[in-house]
Amino acid sequence: MAGVTIVDYGGGNVRSLRAALERCGAEVDVSADPKRLATSERLMLAGQGAAGSAMRALRETGLAEAIRSAAARSVPLLGVCVGLQLLFDHSEEDDSACLGLIPGQVVRLAGAARLPHLGWNDVEQIRAHPLAVDLPAVAYFAHSYAVIAAGAAGLAQTTVDDASFVSLVASGSVAGAQFHPERSAQAGRDLLQRFLAWDGA
Amino acid sequence: MLRRRIIPCLDVSGGRVVKGVEFVNLRDCGEPVDAALRYAAQGADELCWLNITAGDESWHGLLTQVEEAAIRLDVPLIVGGGVTRELQVRELLLAGADKVSVNSAALARPQLVADCADRHGSQCIVVAIDARRCGDRWEAVAGGGRRATGRDAVAWAVEAVRHGAGELLVTSMDADGTQAGYALELYERLLDAVDVPIIASGGASGPNAIADVLSVGVSAALAATIFHDGLHTVEEVKSACRDRKLPIR
Repeated sequence: MAGVTIVDYGGGNVRSLRAALERCGAEVDVSADPKRLATSERLMLAGQGAAGSAMRALRETGLAEAIRSAAARSVPLLGVCVGLQLLFDHSEEDDSACLGLIPGQVVRLAGAARLPHLGWNDVEQIRAHPLAVDLPAVAYFAHSYAVIAAGAAGLAQTTVDDASFVSLVASGSVAGAQFHPERSAQAGRDLLQRFLAWDGA
Repeated sequence: MLRRRIIPCLDVSGGRVVKGVEFVNLRDCGEPVDAALRYAAQGADELCWLNITAGDESWHGLLTQVEEAAIRLDVPLIVGGGVTRELQVRELLLAGADKVSVNSAALARPQLVADCADRHGSQCIVVAIDARRCGDRWEAVAGGGRRATGRDAVAWAVEAVRHGAGELLVTSMDADGTQAGYALELYERLLDAVDVPIIASGGASGPNAIADVLSVGVSAALAATIFHDGLHTVEEVKSACRDRKLPIR
């Protein structure tokens, strides 16, 4: 079964994510060591917290560079929640430069009656992709910022009140889910299983 | 469409689930990790774990139990009760809680909410407010329902959100555990006053009472007694809500 390294930059949901991956049969290690990332065959970027402090932690530890080189080697990478947001060029949250692996901007969700967008919502397919096959599904979200449009990288979208955003993205071997697969019951298991079987193409 | 959430609440004391009436007369309702998993299997949208015996000596035991629940659950978990410092919020999040609720300590020092929201993000900081009816308004009560504060509960809700609370868990104490129905007027006022999600708690007499408070516009309803006593399952509550055309997972 596939091995996965969860990039540990001090975020909170690493344990839940690890447990969810293990329930899917994956061999999981959690690492804050850029050298470990250089040999990982599959990476996950967990997400809880703000974009600014997450990017600071990733830069200071050398993990940002290690993630970029893994992406350049086409290692399958899945970012979750803030982990998805960090894949893009820039986040309005804390005015943060992000990893720049997928072109696009992260903005505060305008048009939602209440923020954060907390709870279970629909994930609706935009285009076919090996990670977007069990859709539509209902998944758990907890965020105030999002990517409104991701061009060809957008795989699925979600609507709350008058706002729509991209809830599943992939560009090359780099993918992200705005929802929390580790807290999304069946929808989460489906995504993690697809990710574990994905060759990054 | 964003679904309304049904949240079974585990009041945990000494490592066991307990339930009281109006916050007193506690009785044993079983082992919390088992209960959390059972409710998740019934379709609970989220679980709430309130540690009601606050004290340093039980903190390590709490973290261990929360970690076990968090590892085994595949739906979100709120943990709160006796949280007074940012470090405790961090420890609970690292143990696997998805959100942490703060109550009395936030009333005493609202900066705690700001510190936690800055560090961890508003989406995982819940401010819990215990409100008691006082004439035609509600007063915020501290210390697990024992200490009057003189603060208007709605005004405190507004302030807590200004400090970075991402969600409010508001318990109407007059109704708590009595199964007399939720204090709908309190939630109407809160919904007008703040723009974060609100979880209503206190007074779930059954599926219809839960549908009533969700119909007012709160994002989630929390209930304990009706689930612990086996009076209703989570699915029965959800079914009643669907009958009322509420968006339910």
